[in-house]
Amino acid sequence: MPIVVQRPRLTIAEKCYFPAIMKGLRITLGHAIRILLRKKKVTMQYPEAKWDDHLPEHYRGAPALVTDEHDRERCVSCQLCEFICPPRAITIIPEEIPAGDEWQKVEKRPKIFDIDMIRCIYCGMCEEVCPEQAIFLRKDYAITGVSREEMVHDKKKLYEIGGRREGLVNKWNELK
Amino acid sequence: MVASKDSGENLVSVQVDDHWISVPRGTRMIEACKQAAAEVPHYCYHPKLTSPGNCRMCLVEMGMPPRPSPGEEPELDADGHAKINWMPRPVIACANTVVDGMGIRTQSLLAKECRQGVMEFLLINHPLDCPICDQAGECTLQEYSVEHGNGQSRFLESKVKKPKNVEIGPRIRLDDERCVLCSRCVRFSKEVVDDDVFGFVDRGSHSVLTVHPDRKLENNYSLNTVDICPVGALTSNDFRFKMRVWFMRETKSLCTGCARGCNTVVGSREGKIYRQSPRENNDVNSAWMCDTGRMEYHQLENPARLTEPMIKRGKKHRTVDWPEAICRAARDLTKFKGEQLAIIASGRMTNEELYLTRTLAESLQPGVVDIVKREGEGDDYLSHCDKNPNVNGARKVLKIRSPGSKLKSIRKRIVEDKIKALLVIGEDLIDCGFTEGELSSLQCLVSSHIIANPTAKMSHVVLPGAGYAEKRGSMINATGRLQRLNKAIDPPGQSREDWEILHELNRAVDGCDGVTELADVFTQMASTLSIFKGLSLSRIGDLGVDVMDTGETVPLLEREARRVSEGLIVG
Ligand code: SF4
Ligand code: SF4
Ligand code: SF4
Ligand code: SF4
Ligand code: FES
Repeated sequence: MPIVVQRPRLTIAEKCYFPAIMKGLRITLGHAIRILLRKKKVTMQYPEAKWDDHLPEHYRGAPALVTDEHDRERCVSCQLCEFICPPRAITIIPEEIPAGDEWQKVEKRPKIFDIDMIRCIYCGMCEEVCPEQAIFLRKDYAITGVSREEMVHDKKKLYEIGGRREGLVNKWNELK
Repeated sequence: MVASKDSGENLVSVQVDDHWISVPRGTRMIEACKQAAAEVPHYCYHPKLTSPGNCRMCLVEMGMPPRPSPGEEPELDADGHAKINWMPRPVIACANTVVDGMGIRTQSLLAKECRQGVMEFLLINHPLDCPICDQAGECTLQEYSVEHGNGQSRFLESKVKKPKNVEIGPRIRLDDERCVLCSRCVRFSKEVVDDDVFGFVDRGSHSVLTVHPDRKLENNYSLNTVDICPVGALTSNDFRFKMRVWFMRETKSLCTGCARGCNTVVGSREGKIYRQSPRENNDVNSAWMCDTGRMEYHQLENPARLTEPMIKRGKKHRTVDWPEAICRAARDLTKFKGEQLAIIASGRMTNEELYLTRTLAESLQPGVVDIVKREGEGDDYLSHCDKNPNVNGARKVLKIRSPGSKLKSIRKRIVEDKIKALLVIGEDLIDCGFTEGELSSLQCLVSSHIIANPTAKMSHVVLPGAGYAEKRGSMINATGRLQRLNKAIDPPGQSREDWEILHELNRAVDGCDGVTELADVFTQMASTLSIFKGLSLSRIGDLGVDVMDTGETVPLLEREARRVSEGLIVG
């Protein structure tokens, strides 16, 4: 069913925009004066100073891999994130955990795990789909590089950003 | 089974989910439901194997018409069928056959509750392995769990620990925690390949599948157990952890490992093949294939693959572009007439390639044309002793009477300097007994290969061709069935599908050009050769058509037919 939205009736003052422009100028001028009188700070010396402490809890920055409380890499290379990622930013090549490894019972881990940060759209689908709670969007947002290669985060870099997360999944405990 | 083949006498009426259908007498209930488009979930049932009825997943509600007492007329419903008395307990649909007037309910509350119950039992001890399990994505336990399961577990106790990651043979790994004890692998090994290595030991929830302590699962058909295992209990070492199944594109094709021509599905992603598995064709390979053939695709990954056309300058080859290579090959070959020239083709070529070789031979008029014989070890199941997949094609298309019989005389005439030029397609002559001395005495050697070999090294012009999964075409197998090869991936680098190479050579030699695609070659061939009359590449279909009577039979299919006639299996 269509919804009809009535056009608001504008007064003559609103129609000629002039009062609105003046209002804007007044605010800008007000800020300028207060900064000159050193009464208020409204800008920040980025990147020396950052707004990071104010980022909300749900902020979605760069996706990263995490390890568990035993420093085991949580990712088992199931490739679900690779599948779900809308811009296809993730490339994974799995490998078998060799016999004799402390975590041999997990059987599988990523040999290569790359996220192309030029492609990533910070949607968080990878975090949502991961059955092992291995990938999280962290608060890093200033991802820079001077070449395309530099913009690809490899496994090492991903664990560097991600760090360690405890708890969450305990299916690989001693009962397994 | 086609119902129309049977006379009316042999048909019975069965009601499936309130619809009446006619099926042949003796049909299993599960197959009748399938015909009525009511899929019954199942684990242990496999139409090619006996039905032990041990998984209980196929439980359905069943009813029978009442037996009227003498003189009494049965009560009829609106369609004129006797009213069905529904039984209070469910029956398995896989091992029971239908009778006239039977009723089956696959969607009733009873049937649904049974499935839900069986699923709950199966999942009690099942590990949370899906993220690391190769079967995920094509696992019936996953599928049925979503469709018929509970969504959550009520089981609070610790799960039973069972052996995991066990090497039970050179190609297969077993994970007992994932096994649903359906016994398909046990029955396949025992009934189809006569290698009774599997068995169940221990009882109750501690039951495990195992192989005989002194033996391994190492027969040449072992990987079929991986295909029929409904879960990820049996996994292939070759495919293990290489690729998730949902990423793969599946191409219906053929195995070219021997003259059987087993129908296959090739799984590939982004130009790389990850696995090859059998595709059911009851006139060729039933539902199986041998392990050797399955691994054939690895030859396409050979690091010595030829990827650029090359011309020999002095002692070295340099890479050139296709027009130059074709031009040079045509110029060199046309310098020689009749007896001075010989063509050695291959029984691995498709009919289309053989046909283009034939037209090329019509223009070049070589003294001899032959193919290389490739005898090997066959067995009593599928593997054929002729390792050339298309010898029958070579017989019919290239008119080779006795493959390989002229190679000796070719060698002799090279030594006598009567043969001065040789066109070799897809064969390494050094491997067939030719000596380097003989080949180096040739004034012109043009050859096409997929992998670098001594013959390519001695050739003046090298034309890089495509492997069997990198091209399309048709082949005739040992029993005379014309089947289609399909392209799963692109040939690497500059290499090309062989029919294109041969077509270009033809054009450079005779200037004619009436072909724009492979199907045109087949059509031309069909108008010349009576055996292909009325056929086209698309009309061959996925399962092929019989075009010759070679008098050969397939031992495995004969045994299968016998088991079907004994009522042991559905087939
Ligand atoms: S955040 Fe979205 S775009 Fe970025 S890697 Fe994850 S799924 Fe892909
Ligand atoms: S979804 Fe999680 S466990 Fe699976 S590959 Fe991605 S990060 Fe690894
Ligand atoms: S067998 Fe199926 S349900 Fe079990 S872990 Fe493997 S994919 Fe998951
Ligand atoms: S290994 Fe697979 S095929 Fe064999 S009994 Fe277990 S579930 Fe069935
Ligand atoms: S499929 Fe009928 S009991 Fe297993």
